Amino acid sequence: MKQEGKVWKYGDNVDTDAIIPARYLNVSMPEELARHCMEDIDSAFAGAVEAGDVVVAGENFGCGSSREHAPLALKGAGVSCVVARSFARIFYRNAINVGLPILECPGAADDAESGHQLAIDLKAGQVRNLSTGQVYQAAPYPPFMMALIEAGGLIPYTRERKA
Amino acid sequence: MGHTLTEKLIAAHLPDAHASAVWPGDLVQVAVDLVLSNDITAPIAIREFEKLGVERVFDPERVVMVPDHFAPNKDIKSAEQCRSMREFARAQALIYFEVGRMGIEHVLLPEQGLVGPGDVVVGADSHTCTYGALGALATGMGSTDIAVAMATGQIWMRVPETLRIVYHGALRPWVGGKDLILHTIGRIGVAGARYQSIEFVGPALAELSMAGRFTMANMAIEAGAKAGLFAVDDVTRAYVDGRVKRPYHVYQADDDAAYARVVEIDVGQIEPQVAFPHLPENARPVSQAGEVHVDQVVIGSCTNGRLEDLRVATGLLRGRQVHSDVRCIVIPGTQQVYLDALREGLVEALVEAGAVVSTPTCGPCLGGYMGVLAAGERALSTTNRNFRGRMGHPDSLVYLAGPAVAAASALLGRIAAPEEVLS
Repeated sequence: MKQEGKVWKYGDNVDTDAIIPARYLNVSMPEELARHCMEDIDSAFAGAVEAGDVVVAGENFGCGSSREHAPLALKGAGVSCVVARSFARIFYRNAINVGLPILECPGAADDAESGHQLAIDLKAGQVRNLSTGQVYQAAPYPPFMMALIEAGGLIPYTRERKA
Repeated sequence: MGHTLTEKLIAAHLPDAHASAVWPGDLVQVAVDLVLSNDITAPIAIREFEKLGVERVFDPERVVMVPDHFAPNKDIKSAEQCRSMREFARAQALIYFEVGRMGIEHVLLPEQGLVGPGDVVVGADSHTCTYGALGALATGMGSTDIAVAMATGQIWMRVPETLRIVYHGALRPWVGGKDLILHTIGRIGVAGARYQSIEFVGPALAELSMAGRFTMANMAIEAGAKAGLFAVDDVTRAYVDGRVKRPYHVYQADDDAAYARVVEIDVGQIEPQVAFPHLPENARPVSQAGEVHVDQVVIGSCTNGRLEDLRVATGLLRGRQVHSDVRCIVIPGTQQVYLDALREGLVEALVEAGAVVSTPTCGPCLGGYMGVLAAGERALSTTNRNFRGRMGHPDSLVYLAGPAVAAASALLGRIAAPEEVLS
């Protein structure tokens, strides 16, 4: 599971209203939500983000509401991974459940700048900043969560276990 | 070593009867007593539920759906979402509250006796943590988690560390649950309890009403917490007895439980609080708010939409006039709160004061409808979030406070302390 793309860098406490404003929660398809992703804090994002790009942020990314529309909007926008110092817990669950790769990696999050190129090996928990040459090691996922990620999210994981 | 209340509640819900104790960091399957979703989160949950290939929910008496966020329907797309939820709820014979009977979910479910002490509740709404006030482990999750919980009656959890917050001293005039929780979030920060469970304890909370406790538990998520719990006492029992239909269970933290951290707070030092934009942690005493004019005041929501909140606000608004520059919107949390407020004469006093009184809805709290802000406008609101753009235009500003400061601010047209109205 490898992700690679251009960095979009944000700060601490990027909340779910910033990721997808509530006024757009009358729809739920990822591609519709993607059109308004990050709109209130970065009006350029939705128009310029490219498939594979990586969102990088500080502490507590995804704080606020339980809306699964937030990881769906990022996924719909083509974001291949979110790397942050830390994640809010509901966002963390939601991202894994819907198959949006995320990684807590403070060093990589601190050093990356908008426009840098990152390559992420989720299973190894490794982030490589191709623009600076730096390599960072994140704490690996517990086996249970890695199984969830590898299954593609909670629904396929639950189906596999039922079968 | 003993266990926290949080650990005991999780341990009591392990589907494996042989397992008896859990510790922070454990990843466990937990049996749930109630599963909740609303008109925004249910449509995705239903979509994911259908992918599971399951015909029926695990127990229709334990699955609740409430159209409250964009209901009564604010537009065609919202109407479609509400319809999809209504059709699913009817087909599955779930517990469902139609417009006219519904309320804001976190005011409604406790009022209807659907949550009791000792329960584990998961809801596709971050403020599901409100029920911690009843001694229940209640936590918000996303729609996919809720789909799996609806299908299986179980969910995975990581057992959280517990943050114990001890409140000492006597409350000052006009200080309620909202002021305590805003002050607390100001102290520990919006990530101060991230991945943790908060247990609210201490002698100062004994005198706090259920309404005040619901308000505090409601905003545990604003400190990043998974849950915010109160121990069951006589105040809790007086509320749940005769209301909760199922037998309930009371658990207590052990004296030698291990906490990640203990925070001590002297409530005698706390005056009414206001949280400035754009984070709930930007709390400060109302006396230090400075000259902040407001265009709109909202009194209501899952945080402060209970009868007690409306009484506090109406106590100040009665016989006075909302400032000519202010739109004051009051939203009772449920039909029952509305009816009680009507019978007590609160609604009449509010309308006479120049306030709008609406049917229950989450509407303005999340910039949905019923009070969306224009660019540059400022609102003081008894809701729970003041993120950028939360109540409308990204360049609008939201200040959070309790119902007393909200009413005073509506009257004076600027953020004001209740004493300023009375002097």
